[in-house]
Parts: sequence; C-alpha cells; structure tokens
Amino acid sequence: MQDRSFGFATRAIHAGTPPDPTTGSRTMPIYQTAAYVFGTTEQAAELFQLRSYGHIYSRISNPTVAAFEERMASLEGGLGAIAFSSGLAAQLCTVLSLAQVGDHIVSSQNIYGGTVTQFTVTLRRMGIETSFAPVYDYTALEAAIRPNTKLLFAETIGNPSGTLADLDALAKLAHKHNIPLVIDNTFASPYLCRPIEHGADLVVHSATKFISGHGTTMGGVMIDAGRFDYGNGKFPLLSEASPGYHNKVFTETFGEYAFLMRARAEVLRDVGAQMSPMDAWILLLGLETLPLRMEAHVHNAKAIAAYLHSRPEVEWVRPPEMGSIFTFGIRGGRDAGRRFIDSLELWSHLANVGDAKSLVIHPASTTHSQLNDDEMRKAGVAPEAVRLSVGLEDVADLTWDLGNALEASQRGVLAESAR
Amino acid sequence: MILDTPAARRALLERSHTVAVVGASNNPLRPSYTVFSYLRTQHRFEIAAINPTIHDIDGVPAYPSLTAYAQAHGAPDIVDVFRKPSEVVPLVQEAIAVGAKAIWFQYGVINEEAIALADKAGLGVVVDRCMKVESARFNGGLSMNGLNSGIITSRRNETHA
Repeated sequence: MQDRSFGFATRAIHAGTPPDPTTGSRTMPIYQTAAYVFGTTEQAAELFQLRSYGHIYSRISNPTVAAFEERMASLEGGLGAIAFSSGLAAQLCTVLSLAQVGDHIVSSQNIYGGTVTQFTVTLRRMGIETSFAPVYDYTALEAAIRPNTKLLFAETIGNPSGTLADLDALAKLAHKHNIPLVIDNTFASPYLCRPIEHGADLVVHSATKFISGHGTTMGGVMIDAGRFDYGNGKFPLLSEASPGYHNKVFTETFGEYAFLMRARAEVLRDVGAQMSPMDAWILLLGLETLPLRMEAHVHNAKAIAAYLHSRPEVEWVRPPEMGSIFTFGIRGGRDAGRRFIDSLELWSHLANVGDAKSLVIHPASTTHSQLNDDEMRKAGVAPEAVRLSVGLEDVADLTWDLGNALEASQRGVLAESAR
Repeated sequence: MILDTPAARRALLERSHTVAVVGASNNPLRPSYTVFSYLRTQHRFEIAAINPTIHDIDGVPAYPSLTAYAQAHGAPDIVDVFRKPSEVVPLVQEAIAVGAKAIWFQYGVINEEAIALADKAGLGVVVDRCMKVESARFNGGLSMNGLNSGIITSRRNETHA
C-alpha cells in the first residue's frame, strides 16, 4: 500500500470499490439481500450494540450501498456518507438528525420549491419551524437565527434561479452561532464545487441528477465533514444519553463519527428511507463518468446560453455562473412560454435536471406551482422563466430545436399585434 | 518513529500480535470499552486491559500495571493509551522499560514530551488516532458503514489488516 492522494477522476472510478474480496469481481456486485447471517451470538451482540462494523439488515446498511456512500464521501472530501431513497429523504433525515419538535432552522429562500414545501408543510407539522431569507442577505439570515435554531441550509446553486451561495460567508455565519451549515450541492456536483472545502459541515444531494447522470434512478445522499462539535451543548440528540441505543452518548463514544453513527443507527433505521442495492450500483456506474460529463455539460450550456442571447425572441438570459442549468425569459410571457415548450422536438419537457438528455420546464406551472406568488418571487422565479438543463447532445441539434420553437412561440404574439 | 501515514499505521497493525490497553474501562458506555471490545472480538490480537481499579473486562483479566502485564506475557507489541495527556510521561517510561515495540495514543491523548520520549527510545508512535477506527480502515470495517477509508486499490484481498 502506497501513500498517495489520488485525483478526483481516479476516485470517481475507484473509491469504495476495491475488488470484491469473496469472488474477485472487479465490478461491485449487487448485494441484493435483506439480511446478513451472524457469525456467532457474541458477534451479533457486538453489532447490535454498535461496537463492531458489519451488516445486519439492508434498511441500515448494505455492501453495494456502502460502496456508493464511500465514493461520495471521497469525492466530497467528507468523513463518511449515508445514502437515501431520494434527495428529499436525505434532506429530511439530515434535519431530523439535528432538530426535534420545538426546534427551528434557517434556510436560504433561493431554493428548490419541493424543499420549501418540505420545510413549510411537513417539518412544520412535526413541530420544526423554518425561517427563510435571501442567500446573499447575511443580516437577514443572522437575524433569523434563534436560540433553538439547529442548522443553516442553502443550495450551492439555487434552483432554478441560479443564485450562487457564498459558502465561506455562510459557514462563518453558522459557526459564529454554533450551528452546522448544510449545503445542497445537487446542481454543482462535487466535480464543480466541494462545499466542505468552503466550510460546510454537511452536504446533501439528489443523486437522481448529475450523480446518476442519465435520469434513471432516484437517490439521495448526505455527506458529513466530521468536524462540527456536536458536543457544544446545542445538540442534545447527539450529546445526551440516547434511549434508542442503550443510553449511549454518541459524541462520547464515537467522537468525530458521532453524527454519522447516530444518523444511520437511529434516523435511517427508524425512518426507513434507505437506498436499494440496485440503485446504488447504477449510481456507482454514473459516478465513473462524472468528470467527463460535467465538463461536457458546462461546455454545452455556455454555447446554448450564448445562442439564446443572440435570439430576438429571448427577453433575458441568466447564463450559468456554474453548472449547466439556467433560466431565460421568453418574449410574450406565460403564453409564449407554453407555445415554446409545446413546439420542441428534441428537448424533453419534464421535471428533472442533470440528465444526458437536454431537459426543459416552465417552473411557474410545474416545479414551483405549489408556491404562492410571493414565495415564487422570493425563490427568484419569474412567471416567464423557462428552465433548461443542458444535456450532452450535439450543440447544433439543440440550437436547431430551440430556434424552431422560439419562432413558433412568437407567432401568437405577432398575430395579435398585427390585428 | 512517528507513524503518521496510513501505510505506516497499517504496517504496524499487520506486524503486531499483542496489545495492552491502558485505561480500558469495563463500563460499556466508555469509548475505551468500545475499542477494547472491538479489538477483543475481532480475534486478531491477543488483548489485555491495564487498569488497577478493575478485575477484568468481560472475563479478560485486567493487570494493575504494564510491568505486571509484561511479567506475565512479556513485552506487548502495542501499548494503546486511554489516559489524560498530563499522566502519560511515566507510562511511556514504563513502556520503554518493559520493551514495548509501539505506543498508540488515542484521540486527544497528546503530550509532546511523551511523544518525543517514545520516539527517541525507538518505539513506533501513533498520535491522536483511534486503534479501532484505524483497524477498521484497513480490514474493511469503515467501508461497510459508508465511511471514507481512503483506500484505493485494484488488488484482491487488500482488505485484511
């Protein structure tokens, strides 16, 4: 064994997947099993008391899922990771690992509409309140922090507005108030941005997007940097005796591993939102080409943004500062937007991003339709905005399709004005 | 010699057979118990507790001192230390006297004088690391829990430390 800091592309292919020790299989096998035979009753007891490493039941851990988790931990530069059935499950379990009834969280308001709903509807029903503020308004974010606030949440690249979070500034703010910074890094992927390098304590992803890369698989993951002090007095869930685990005090027993051990052994165990082995295997395959795909996504997105900028039917373009997902406004507002989307041939009209295929959606009538006008404005979504997730096809084919649809979108407007 | 690389720690674990855990507790809630219990049930090392205040841990007899342990078993390959940093210099002197080959200071057990003393006497020295975690890094235990082992290899059976 040599000591070497391997590069990102190497780790995207190898981390978490040495050859299978039992069979020599070079590809990670799909361990499609619910449970694992114990060696002896003594070994079983050690596993149940969290004194030994090993698999008990696939709701808590599974070899194929663990390989995906370790690879994500490596790529994000974390101590470890836990995979979930979706990005929203990863996010919910992260919040539930830190907060309980009577607690409060502070969130950027420039985020995915589904996350806003999870916070304002479901978390509120569970007795956890959320305050929102613009991701760039540190005064408002700080003013929202209360004594019972347990975390600060933001997206690296806001969905769909593209607003970038200044992670270093947010980390400084969170740490000043002794709370962890939780960052959703879905739109950047660890290839474009590694929030832990900028002070984030926990990173969550919808693995359905760039990690899968092909629109095949639902998945989520949470990566822990392992450096936040949960023994600081604000986190009794971690620093006081746990009735769910033999009165273990996680921060004392597991040190830097406390958060990960408890999030898996209590929260994942009790919520049951685990990733399936088959899905983990597909996501491992996706990760192998993440660096290549992200380079191509970014290249194509720049070309598409420049093309849109040159078109008279386009009122405004918010080109991506990072990544390949961005919005533009079409002349003629909501109706022109509808005609544009209905006229596309190659771009897929659907509610997803980060696919090899180019995708398009009108947020006001879909992903953000659960939000009222005020919430929508706060999330930075204009009614005329069209969101693109630029895929890996030939740029010339993508612009051909956009051009045709843009022309079609204006026919109604022109006809009306001629009348 | 300060063993501050993964390869050096792995080599130490691979060449060692006997471990004396100083300050091991018989209280299951203490980290030292967790580490002792893990190392004991892996059946990879011959393990003993050094603690004058207890008789045994789960039936494994405890010794009142390193010297008493060495009289019964000879020099340990590794002395694993769960003690206050301020109390470890005499322990290092005792480890040197009994001929221990390496000393492993657990998380937070950092005493520069003790480290220098052990290093100068030719012991392998591991500082601010957990013996359970490092064993699990190389035997696949960390990987089973989605923890970042840092191990990249295309060789078969590299996971048995």
